[in-house]
Amino acid sequence: MKQQLEEIRESAKSQLSKAASLAELDTLRVKYLGKKGELTAILKQMGKLSAEERPIIGQLANEIRADLEASIAESVEDIKQKLLEQKLKSEKIDVTLPAKKQALGHKHPLSIVLDEVKDIFFGMGFSIASGPEVEWDYYNFEALNIPENHPARDTQDTFYITEKMLLRTQTSPCQIRVMENQKPPIRIIAPGRVYRSDAVDATHSPLFHQIEGLVVDKGITMADLKGNLESFAKRLYGEQTKIRLRPHHFPFTEPSCEIDVSCFRCGGKGCPMCKGEGWIEILGAGMVHPKVLRNCGIDPDVYSGFAFGLGLERLVMFRFNIDDMRLLYENDVRFLNQF
Amino acid sequence: MNLSKKWLLDFVDLDVSDKEFADEMTLSGSKVESFEKEGSELDNIITGRIESLERHPDSDHMWICMVNVGKDENIQIVTGAQNLKVGDVVPVAMDHSVVHGGQKITKGKLRGVESNGMLCSLGELGLTAHDFPYAIEDGIFVLGDDCDRTLGIDIREAIGLNDTVTEFEITSNRPDCLSVIGLAREAAATFKKPLKTHIPYVSPSDGDVNELLSVEIQNPEKCYRYCGAVVKNVRVKASPRWMRERLRACGVRPINNIVDITNYVMLEYGQPMHAFDLRYINNHSIIVRNAKDGETITTLDGIERTLTTEMLVIADSDKPVAVAGVMGGEYSGIMDDTNTIVFESACFNGPSTRITSKKLGLRTEASGRYEKELDPQNCMPALMRALELVQLLDAGDVVNGIIDCDKSNKLQRTLPFLPEWVNSFIGIDVSADDQRAILERIDVKVQGDTIIVPSFRNDLEHLADISEEIARFYGYQNIPNRPLAGVANAALTEAQKMEKVVSSTMLACGFTEIATFSFISPKAYDKIRLPENSPKRNSVVISNPLGEDTSVMRTTVIPSMLDVLSRNYNNRNESAALFELSNEYIWKGPDELPDENEKLTIGMYGAQYDFFTLKGAVEELFDVVGIKDYDVEPLTDDPTFHPGRTAVIKLGDEVISIIGEVHPAVLNNYEIGTKAYVAQVDFTALLKYGDNKRSYKALPKFPASSRDLSFVCDSDVPVMKIEKIIAKAVGKILEDIALFDVYVGSQIPKGKKSVAFSVRMRATDRTLTDAEADSAVKKAVDELEKLDITLRS
Repeated sequence: MKQQLEEIRESAKSQLSKAASLAELDTLRVKYLGKKGELTAILKQMGKLSAEERPIIGQLANEIRADLEASIAESVEDIKQKLLEQKLKSEKIDVTLPAKKQALGHKHPLSIVLDEVKDIFFGMGFSIASGPEVEWDYYNFEALNIPENHPARDTQDTFYITEKMLLRTQTSPCQIRVMENQKPPIRIIAPGRVYRSDAVDATHSPLFHQIEGLVVDKGITMADLKGNLESFAKRLYGEQTKIRLRPHHFPFTEPSCEIDVSCFRCGGKGCPMCKGEGWIEILGAGMVHPKVLRNCGIDPDVYSGFAFGLGLERLVMFRFNIDDMRLLYENDVRFLNQF
Repeated sequence: MNLSKKWLLDFVDLDVSDKEFADEMTLSGSKVESFEKEGSELDNIITGRIESLERHPDSDHMWICMVNVGKDENIQIVTGAQNLKVGDVVPVAMDHSVVHGGQKITKGKLRGVESNGMLCSLGELGLTAHDFPYAIEDGIFVLGDDCDRTLGIDIREAIGLNDTVTEFEITSNRPDCLSVIGLAREAAATFKKPLKTHIPYVSPSDGDVNELLSVEIQNPEKCYRYCGAVVKNVRVKASPRWMRERLRACGVRPINNIVDITNYVMLEYGQPMHAFDLRYINNHSIIVRNAKDGETITTLDGIERTLTTEMLVIADSDKPVAVAGVMGGEYSGIMDDTNTIVFESACFNGPSTRITSKKLGLRTEASGRYEKELDPQNCMPALMRALELVQLLDAGDVVNGIIDCDKSNKLQRTLPFLPEWVNSFIGIDVSADDQRAILERIDVKVQGDTIIVPSFRNDLEHLADISEEIARFYGYQNIPNRPLAGVANAALTEAQKMEKVVSSTMLACGFTEIATFSFISPKAYDKIRLPENSPKRNSVVISNPLGEDTSVMRTTVIPSMLDVLSRNYNNRNESAALFELSNEYIWKGPDELPDENEKLTIGMYGAQYDFFTLKGAVEELFDVVGIKDYDVEPLTDDPTFHPGRTAVIKLGDEVISIIGEVHPAVLNNYEIGTKAYVAQVDFTALLKYGDNKRSYKALPKFPASSRDLSFVCDSDVPVMKIEKIIAKAVGKILEDIALFDVYVGSQIPKGKKSVAFSVRMRATDRTLTDAEADSAVKKAVDELEKLDITLRS
């Protein structure tokens, strides 16, 4: 009987090793270990054995059963593994096929840069103000120290609605509206649409965007203006950016300046983008004119401030190498989808 | 303002490169736009003398010249010009030279005869007969005795085409810098050199000006000063080369000595000058007065102009002879037979000159200067300079004396000298002595504690202005950069937060943002089929538009959206899904600013889109901002939209959105050859009704029960109505109603439709029994039956 058992073990093992499918294994399991299986059949003859032999054979039979069960389990794992491998192999795809993209919308390039500018100033504690686009002459000019018949009006060809009402030519009237309604300390930017009677071409548009800035508090100096706008330039164009102030004239600031940043393309060595200058003009700024403060009921002997203005289109065109401003307002999706 | 370097050097000694000059002037406040060396495009053109002239054997018009260019051997050049003779000194473009316009000259053969270069005309040097009046324009330029005729020297040196012209952008507050002296003063201060002033000297002569001319100012508010002088026996001829050269460099065309003197003085002193013929001045009396209404004058440009009373004229006893500060009259201009002239050096009120010039539509160099307010104290030195030049150029005999009718305010403006104030305003630390030194460099005197503002610096009104002077010469680059101190207290407003939400939602829904002009053509209202009597046709109208297309502020963004859809469609883009958050402008009359209403406008076309895609996007947005319980109703009478495929979304009675397929007639007007869909959402409604307060609802602990129900009803019953009835009947345990089928066809009677819903119910505190679910559904079925909406068997 011992020999019989060993034979069963031998033959079972040899068959197991040849089994190629889970079904075959199952058949083998039934054949040897099932209720009517060969091993069970042997065990049923245990009664015929002597009392001495019985435990020995019993132990052997159990050992063989355990051995076979383990072998079957192992083979099952092997086959499962093989099947999985086959399956994975058959499921291979060409990962270079085109992706199924979610159709996301694209932000307009003007908004992309405006959001960036807003975030920078917001981070420096500037709130965001706004004002009407159809504006009174008073806010657009007079309160900004540009009286009627002042030659400075020539630089801003104005669309008029009535003699007193116009399309604002600059976001600077927001300065007045903020100062009329808010006591210092003031720290705001005011982005928005402005209008000038310029025919459309690659660099002109009768409608464009400015971003106005205003800071009013006790003890504000031109050093604050420089420091603040340099921080802005560095955040917009990177730490290595330098600024350069050139004296200029705006009727509503004194002293006034135009601000260049070191060319973000060539770093200041001179290239086609900066026309060989190494500098690119991006800002107008200055200390708020005492007359303007007084026009808004703020005592210029107590408070001082600085103001600045940025042209958004210019920033956008530089940022994305756009050479024709008209693209921004034509809204061709082939253009917009690039952003 | 174009500045001649040669001229500048009369007033200040500078030994800096042109680039350095430009950079430093820009940094001290006189912005240089560009600078250019005259004749810089010319290369290898030198002087040469014609030694012999021979006919070309194979040509009836060409000449073979031997030209001495100061070298050992003469060179042979063939020319077609007919104005040459032996001994003439001419410009010679040598082999490998460049003439005006960039044309390269190399040696070659002309009809078989070797030519080693080219003889040049004025044009080939970039000049005209205005520059050298004795030269003929269509021949070779033969150098006159005002040129250096040394052989073999650079032509630019020989004829004085060697100035550097620097172009300045002068801001409107600095009319004093629209002059050589003004810029020289800035340059002297910038480079810390002395300004070399010149006091004009006029030699005593015959006669008495008072016997020839009288001047009266009737309106001293508008004419501060009028200085006049008389020159007899005028000898009109060309000006000398140095004067022509400087005028040319400054962009002024030389005419004749008298006209050139007026222009020269204007450029040098910044003071407009006018010269006119005395014989046309009735009674030889000059009266500065307001024009009479309807009075006319023919100005120098030959145009008759009708004047009005607010305009100031220079008149004689009968008639206007000039529009003050703008332009002289035609008939009193300088002619060839002019014998006696008056030089006028006057100062007129800025705004008045500006109004006159605008009303006449006539802007001149003089009016452009006067409107910036000139210095009345400049009239006299400028006039003296003109007379000095008359004597220097021998242009006539100066009559003794000057008439000076001076109504100007002589009071010098003073400001307190407060160096500490300046330091604290700018954020610098510059000593009082240094500040004083800076001011004195620009002729602003400091006496003790007082700053005396010179008459030509009308712009220095306040200490802030003084600070700018200190700052710009101290150097803006030397001001420290101080980070902004103080407490930052910024927050977004509710509207700003909502704009972000709207924008990000639309982007996430696949809509691309656009930016369109706020102004449109009034014809756009016809294109979107707005009724004639629609209040939306009442736009804010631009009184001076660029053109009709941009002449009214839009009362609706829809035409702008349709324009963009049309452009994309016609650019053959397959589809577009777009949005813009922008304003509509509602006219409120002339005494009130228009309402600027912010609107979200959405537009789309393309095979993958239909009405429900658009509706989905709008509802998605409402979901995000927390607007619930709105009604969707069909809108059948908006002429812009398809009458059967348009809806309004309402909260109570308030319409907060319109969604629709664009009417085929409108599509046709916009040349859009496919279906397009447009929606608008009122931004203020989002702000007003949006509710972002959300509180967490526990995840369900008990299972849901679902029932699928299919009803048959009249085909025009809105599905939303059925849904609402079911919702009401099922009540609290309702979790969701989902429509899963709408069927019209042979299985059901004509005029009816079948709609199928899946109704999911759940209780939060227990497992719903079948009986509960069935009874809730039964209630709904009963309610619907009352309306003839029956359960499909």
